[in-house]
Amino acid sequence: MRIVPQLLGAAIAAALITTPVFAAELTGTLKKIKESGTITLGHRDSSIPFSYIADASGVPVGYSADIQLKIVEAIKKDLDMPDLKVKYNLVTSQTRIPLVQNGTVDVECGSTTNNAERAQQVDFSVGIFEIGTRLLSKADSSYKDFDDLKGKNVVTTAGTTSERLLKAMNADKQMGMNVISAKDHGESFQMLESGRAVAFMMDDALLAGEMAKAKKPTDWAVTGTPQSYEIYGCMVRKEDPAFKKAVDDAIVATYKSGEINKIYDKWFTQPIPPKDLNLMFPMSEQLKALIANPNDKPAPDKKA
Amino acid sequence: MNYNWDWGVFFKSTGVGSETYLDWYITGLGWTIAIAVAAWIIALLLGSVLGVMRTVPNRIVSSIAAIYVEIFRNVPLLVQLFIWYFLVPDLLPENLQEWYKQDLNPTTSAFLSVVVCLGLFTAARVCEQVRTGIQALPVGQESAARAMGFKLPQIYWNVLLPQAYRIIIPPLTSEFLNVFKNSSVASLIGLMELLAQTKQTAEFSANLFEAFTLATLIYFTLNMSLMLLMRLVEKKVAVPGLISVGGK
Repeated sequence: MRIVPQLLGAAIAAALITTPVFAAELTGTLKKIKESGTITLGHRDSSIPFSYIADASGVPVGYSADIQLKIVEAIKKDLDMPDLKVKYNLVTSQTRIPLVQNGTVDVECGSTTNNAERAQQVDFSVGIFEIGTRLLSKADSSYKDFDDLKGKNVVTTAGTTSERLLKAMNADKQMGMNVISAKDHGESFQMLESGRAVAFMMDDALLAGEMAKAKKPTDWAVTGTPQSYEIYGCMVRKEDPAFKKAVDDAIVATYKSGEINKIYDKWFTQPIPPKDLNLMFPMSEQLKALIANPNDKPAPDKKA
Repeated sequence: MNYNWDWGVFFKSTGVGSETYLDWYITGLGWTIAIAVAAWIIALLLGSVLGVMRTVPNRIVSSIAAIYVEIFRNVPLLVQLFIWYFLVPDLLPENLQEWYKQDLNPTTSAFLSVVVCLGLFTAARVCEQVRTGIQALPVGQESAARAMGFKLPQIYWNVLLPQAYRIIIPPLTSEFLNVFKNSSVASLIGLMELLAQTKQTAEFSANLFEAFTLATLIYFTLNMSLMLLMRLVEKKVAVPGLISVGGK
């Protein structure tokens, strides 16, 4: 009787084909989320307007925080877990990479530039924002561009790409600038406001955020030729393609549906908490291009 | 954990001029030593004066020193640093303020703030140790000096202080090491000392663990060498029969 094995084979094949897709073996972060019922989001406390704390609840808000919630929604659907719990974990520029690596944080969305050094340690999602590194100075001052800064005190925030670019520019062009590295954006702005520095170099969107916090925002102006363009991305653990794909798909879906424009307008062209200030920062051509063609590459080196 | 170790990172170029990350550590170590030594000189001189003031037979003088100690030892070091760095320069006259903030190299102004801050903070601690050293001496020492016709300054200079300092070398050593460790607060006002360079290396290279491991080793080696050095000093200045030295 040779028909029995054949029937058996057909039955097994049928069983395999009709197995629902979601029952496929989960791995890595998705498995951890499914089993623990919790996803841990890494956020910042003062990256205005990307990820920051605006009230006593301690829940982060901002452009990146909204994108992070889109990711959570998508994962809820993917894993069929409507009661997925969200846990927030505050990170700093020093702790963000190790906390993603050691499994404390599942996905970090803030103002983290995607670059080659960091890509050695973590994977980046498709880009969520693109900035140019520029200057903030007094609106009525003569410091309008980098060439005006020879021999002057210029402040930037420690540990940022701007710090590296500024120091490199100072060495290469022998500009004799005194570069001050302040510990965070707030302190950098204080150095500028108190007159210790004539200009503050940083990501333009963050400069707009600092400007909005000033006593008189109209006294200040974002100026100068961008020295680099940088793409922010969300960080996930390396070698976890299933989770990275879930995150990427969620972000791309937000782009395709046009919801990204609503999120952008909410944080960049309308009054934002806590002080109801409007950054008045229209979407750049670079960001429009990124949204049209989402990818997880660092920004190309197109120095001015 | 999914970490990419790379111990060769210190020899890589930082992208700033032709410097490697190791060069940054060397520059940083230089600043750490400069801050600590300058602050220690202030602390030792001022602390000794205050310590003497606390023990002289005059209530007003000793209260002044006591108030100083309580203020400087009860306010967190970081708060004191921000006061010296952000607040004090604003109290200068207008034109001097302009010069201090704009024309003076920002590294110099940060250095001045941190040296003054750390010097005055540590002086409060040195003061208490000098006082303890003096009070640990038998009362007979002072009485005998008085009986021999020594004036008060002479009693301190020739009799009390030389013995007191020998007694307090071990706790002073520990304060000396603290100055080196505390100098790391300078990283928060943009002075690129050892910790600031470490953080910068971690941030630029994304090799956080290697960066902090090297910093730990440097601080440890530095403080171990200082401790051994102070132990030698202690042996060298010991007066036989006066005080036992180092448990031997």
